[in-house]
Amino acid sequence: MRREAADEGGRAELMRAALAGDANAYRRLLEALTPVLRAAAARGLARAGLGSADVEDVVQETLLALHLKRHTWDPTRPLMPWVATIARHKLVDGLRRRGRRSEVPVEDFHEILAAPAEPDPTEARDVDRMLGRLAPRQRDIVRSITVEDRSIAATADRLGMSEGAVRVALHRGLKALAALSGSMA
Amino acid sequence: MRTDDLIGGLVADVEMRTPPLGRGLLAAGVVGMALSGTLFFAALGPRPDVAAALATPRFVLKFVECAALAAAAAAAALALMRPAADRRLARLCLLLVAFGVTLGVMVEVVVVPRADWPARLLGTNWLHCLVLVPLLALPAFVTLLAAARHGAATEPGRTGAMIGVLAGAIGAFFYAANCTDDSPLFVATWYTLAIGAMALLGALLGRRLLVW
Repeated sequence: MRREAADEGGRAELMRAALAGDANAYRRLLEALTPVLRAAAARGLARAGLGSADVEDVVQETLLALHLKRHTWDPTRPLMPWVATIARHKLVDGLRRRGRRSEVPVEDFHEILAAPAEPDPTEARDVDRMLGRLAPRQRDIVRSITVEDRSIAATADRLGMSEGAVRVALHRGLKALAALSGSMA
Repeated sequence: MRTDDLIGGLVADVEMRTPPLGRGLLAAGVVGMALSGTLFFAALGPRPDVAAALATPRFVLKFVECAALAAAAAAAALALMRPAADRRLARLCLLLVAFGVTLGVMVEVVVVPRADWPARLLGTNWLHCLVLVPLLALPAFVTLLAAARHGAATEPGRTGAMIGVLAGAIGAFFYAANCTDDSPLFVATWYTLAIGAMALLGALLGRRLLVW
């Protein structure tokens, strides 16, 4: 219980820093949340009778949702219930799209999130398929910064764009990915 | 794509921030009220005896009720758009508004003779009310719904309905200045129906527009 409280406080602190624009804090937060989300997704999918093949897809869709909706977190409230609600929402969404009726009570989800995480760095396909549906320029920029691990500055240099334009294109690309994930069958 | 790669992309996007949800909704509410208000003053305007009417409690009560409903609906909509938000306060506020409106009706029923009830309830403008309240609500509805898309509603239908109630209360607030039917019996019936129609519209649109 004490560890959980320490996790909560530490993560909320990282999120507050991230909301103020601290990239390092944001990376630490997302890296800390990922194994927790992965364990929760694995449990949720297993319960619905689905294999582990889709786990990483759910994790990535959840990370995208957390990112694009982070302004909906009220910094005066605990972070993890907010994370759990979004994770559950994206799991239910993913199950629905995979044709499963979902019965995931939110109480369970809090328990799942509190459970120890499984380390397992993997790859997922959904985001790549969605990338394929972005406009070429947008896809190029998103790929450059994610898969090819370039900085904003290096990407701007390579494409002969301003850094501001790359930032805007990246943001729009991430939003488009999230929107596509909702519409993909 | 590897999850680490995705995280790299999200971290690179850390500076592209949407304003905090409460601030966004407030801005949309202010713009929406200004638009609905502009439509009201351009197309309808207050009733001619508005100065005298302001001295009568029934006329003033209409504004108090609409403003209270708008505030409670705004709190509820905000809570619905925030994952894991505490909804108890908003629910209590909505209940208090319903209680207040009921109390107004009860007082009216006591002070007005039974024979006058039907005339008070029907008034002369019920059709106006049903048409004009949604019409005046529409500009606020559009701006608020657009702002709600930045939220994270886990129940899009219910959230859309609450946006409809909020916009409906704004429309009703302005309409109340024009309408000459001030009886709480009239308000509780026709205003409620008109705002209910906005709630229905909001629920239908919310299910399509507020998914994420």
